[in-house]
Amino acid sequence: MRDKVVQVLEIKMIDKRVNTFEEALQGIADSSTVLLGGFGQAGSPVELIEALIDQGATNLTVVSNNAGEGEFGLAALMKAGRIRKVICSYPRSSGSFIFEELYESGKIELEIVPQGTLSERMRAAGAGIGGFFTPTSAGTLLSQDKEVRQIDGKDYVFEKPLKADVALIKAHTADRWGNLTYNKSARNFGPAMAMAADLTIAQVQEITNLGEIDPEHVVTPGIFVNRVLEVKLEN
Amino acid sequence: MPLNRNQIAWRIAQEIEDGSYVNLGIGMPELVANYIPENREIIFHSENGILGMGPQPEKSEEDGDLINAGKKPVTLLTGGSYFNHTDSFAMVRGGHIDLCVLGAFQISKNGDLANWATLDNSKPPGVGGAMDLAVGAKNIFVMTEHCTKDGTPKIMEECSYPLTGQGVVNTIFTDLAVIDITSEGLKVREKINEISFMELQNKTGAPLIESDIKELSPPVL
Repeated sequence: MRDKVVQVLEIKMIDKRVNTFEEALQGIADSSTVLLGGFGQAGSPVELIEALIDQGATNLTVVSNNAGEGEFGLAALMKAGRIRKVICSYPRSSGSFIFEELYESGKIELEIVPQGTLSERMRAAGAGIGGFFTPTSAGTLLSQDKEVRQIDGKDYVFEKPLKADVALIKAHTADRWGNLTYNKSARNFGPAMAMAADLTIAQVQEITNLGEIDPEHVVTPGIFVNRVLEVKLEN
Repeated sequence: MPLNRNQIAWRIAQEIEDGSYVNLGIGMPELVANYIPENREIIFHSENGILGMGPQPEKSEEDGDLINAGKKPVTLLTGGSYFNHTDSFAMVRGGHIDLCVLGAFQISKNGDLANWATLDNSKPPGVGGAMDLAVGAKNIFVMTEHCTKDGTPKIMEECSYPLTGQGVVNTIFTDLAVIDITSEGLKVREKINEISFMELQNKTGAPLIESDIKELSPPVL
C-alpha cells in the first residue's frame, strides 16, 4: 500500500531540471522573440546564449538591456548572424563593437526603449496587463507615434506589454519546481523576463533539493519558470 | 580659475541633504559620492537594483555580480538591499528618489534636458535609464562644463539635440556658476570671482538673471 502511494507521487512529480544545453533549449523556433537577462555581464546567461548558436534558431528578435560586448554571449550570437532585431535601452557599451558594425552596415534593426519602460513592459506582459501610461519619454523622440494622455495635468505615454516566446535568464539557486534566488545586482531583469515569456529557461549556479530554499527568500516563484539547468561557474 | 570636475562634484555634494536617497548618473556625476560631507547619511540608489551602494572595492574584492549602472564594481553598505529592475524603476518614476545628478549635452532655459542623443545618426543611440530618472526624481541637478570644448554654450534658449525630458532640471552646476531654473528664468546663485556677470552671460545662450550672486569657491581638489 505504502509503495503504491510513492509510485503515484513519482508519476505526478514536477521536475523542471534538465541536464544538458540541448534539453534546455529544445523547441526554440526560428523568428522567436527571445528575452535575455542581464545588465552588462551581471546576470547575463552567457553559456545558454552561446548554446543557442549550436541549437540553430535564427532570425531572432532579442530583448536585452545592452547589445553585448567582446565576442562572447550575445555578441557571439550576433556575429553568428542569428539576430534580426535588438530591443534594448543602451546598446553602446564599451566593447559592443560587433553590434556597432552590424548596425552601421544596416544588418541589424534597433529599437530603443527607456530602461524602466523596458522592464515595466515585460512585467505588464507577465501580469496580464494590456499596457500602461508612463511619464517617461513624454515630449521626446521616443514617444513619437505613441498615444499621449494628460492625467492630472501631466503627460503620460502609452506603452504596450512586451511578450516573448522565450526567456533565457541567469539565477543563483533553483530547485526542481523552478523556484529561483539570485545573486546581488545580477537579479536585474530576471524576475520580469521570467514572467513575460511562454518558455522561461534559467541557468543557475546550483540546484538544491526542494525545501532548501527558504520560502521567504524565493525571488522568482517556480510558476514563472519552465526549465532549470545547473551551470557551475568559477567566480 | 574655472572649477575642475572634482570641485564641481564637491559643490554638488554640499547641496545634498542628510537622509536623501540619491541616484548619480553614469560618468562625471559619480564623482559626487567622493565629497559627501561627514555626518550626513546619504543612501545611493543604482538603477540596476541597489540601494545603499558603497564605494569601489579593492581589486581583490571585486564581484562581477555587484556593479553600478556604469557597470563598474561597487560594494554594498550595511543595511543595503538588492531588488529587480521593475522595483528599481518604481522607485525612480514613483518619486521616491530625492535627487538625481545627471550630465548634459544641452539644457534649455526652461529646464529641458538633452543628454542621450546628438544629431549624428551614424552611431546607434542609447538612452539607458536617463529618461526615467529625468521625469521621476524629485530634483534634477545637472553637472556639466559651462560650454562645450569649442566654446559653444550648453545652456540655451532651446535644445537642438533630442530631449531626455521636458522642464525637468532644477539646478545647473558648472565650472563657472550655480544656476537655478526658476519660473522667472535662469537665476545665477553663485559664480567664480574671476569672471564678471557679463562674461558669464556671453558664455550662456539664454538670458541670466543677476541677483545677490555669491562667490563659488570650492577648496583645492
